[in-house]
Amino acid sequence: MPVTVKTFATSGEAAAALSSDRAARYLGGGTLVMRALNEGDIAISTIVRASDHALTRIDAAGARVRIGAGVTFAKIIAERELAFLHAPARSIGGPAVRNMGTVGGNLFASSPYGDFTVALLALDATVAVQSGLGAREVGIEEFLQSRERQAGLVLSVSCQKPASADAFRYRKIARIKPKGGSVITLAAYLPTSGGRIVGARIALGSMAPAQVRAKSAERALEGRPLDAATISAAAAAATEGTSPTDNALASAWYRREIVGVHLRRLLAGQE
Amino acid sequence: MSKSALQFLHNGREVAIFVDGGTSLLVTLRELIGDMTPKFGCGQGGCGACSVLIDGELHLACLTLAETVSGRAVETLDGLKDGPNLHPLQRAFADNFAAQCGYCTPGMLMAAKALLDRNPSPTRADVVEAISGNICRCTGYEPIINAVLAAAAGGWTRA
Repeated sequence: MPVTVKTFATSGEAAAALSSDRAARYLGGGTLVMRALNEGDIAISTIVRASDHALTRIDAAGARVRIGAGVTFAKIIAERELAFLHAPARSIGGPAVRNMGTVGGNLFASSPYGDFTVALLALDATVAVQSGLGAREVGIEEFLQSRERQAGLVLSVSCQKPASADAFRYRKIARIKPKGGSVITLAAYLPTSGGRIVGARIALGSMAPAQVRAKSAERALEGRPLDAATISAAAAAATEGTSPTDNALASAWYRREIVGVHLRRLLAGQE
Repeated sequence: MSKSALQFLHNGREVAIFVDGGTSLLVTLRELIGDMTPKFGCGQGGCGACSVLIDGELHLACLTLAETVSGRAVETLDGLKDGPNLHPLQRAFADNFAAQCGYCTPGMLMAAKALLDRNPSPTRADVVEAISGNICRCTGYEPIINAVLAAAAGGWTRA
């Protein structure tokens, strides 16, 4: 069924168009919206686009990086300052999908997709959203809880660079390598002070409808050195608060069985 | 819901057509232009059968909104051959038995071209990565990987 395509020069105009029409969807790279149209999704009557260059800007020179919502995963991989995000970007799709899929769109990708968002959740990213009322910054956790009801347009995401390469870890478990949907996806931010972990954040993908934090596992790490006993305690708590579902890639049971195993390996630095 | 005018380069030739809102590049190429080389596989971005180059970058035509290629250069497998002469990649695919049913072959060839245009001397791992978004249900991939490496070994000049 044909839809109306509206292209705007600024993100403000695009956000206003999205806010005023519940059947309008923003098209970034197309990997979600075109897929829905190909499947005959009649809930979409209008496609909104913006040619605003600010949406494809990367500002990575300082300690805090800001990535435009329209930045593709191929662009992330090409940016040396974003080395800490190369592993999550590489874990998505094949080269064509990485040339198309965007950081902003990934925030709306539900299980078994949305791997990049797992990394952003562990990094405590902030999402800039433009609505009819103006622009505002929302914590990623709050954003993910209400993403289906979001009115407006995501402009960018921002986060602090990890203090060291070892402080941020990422792993995607897939059946097909190097490309495949996620069985589970894990990311851990492990800042240390005086040999103890302070402010750990662990994020999981495909363990709930949206990406979630493993807060019990985080509490098991807090204030402790990353030794075998601490890692075991965190791994044992990995499933708390999760609600995985069955799909073609794995059953909910299997996901619950393996999440602790892979969290243990991630924290222990094992392959 | 009106049609909109669209102009782009299709294998070096200027085309000007009208498309319905929401039409994919794949439907545009196959049904409006008559270029049947990009295939419809899954319509979800999972199989790579519709792979084309847009301004030299590998894209999936089924997930590309037609309007977004306005003023850009789209290359498909149809533009690869030179009259009756096979392109070196096509020749390498034939010599290495890299096609069986052939449905994935146009997408595989475009993914391989995107790789070799950027990296004329790829490693085996580079080739595996480059075709990782393209599914083949017949060959087991090995003959395809060998064909791409053979095309590279034969000397690659960007066309």
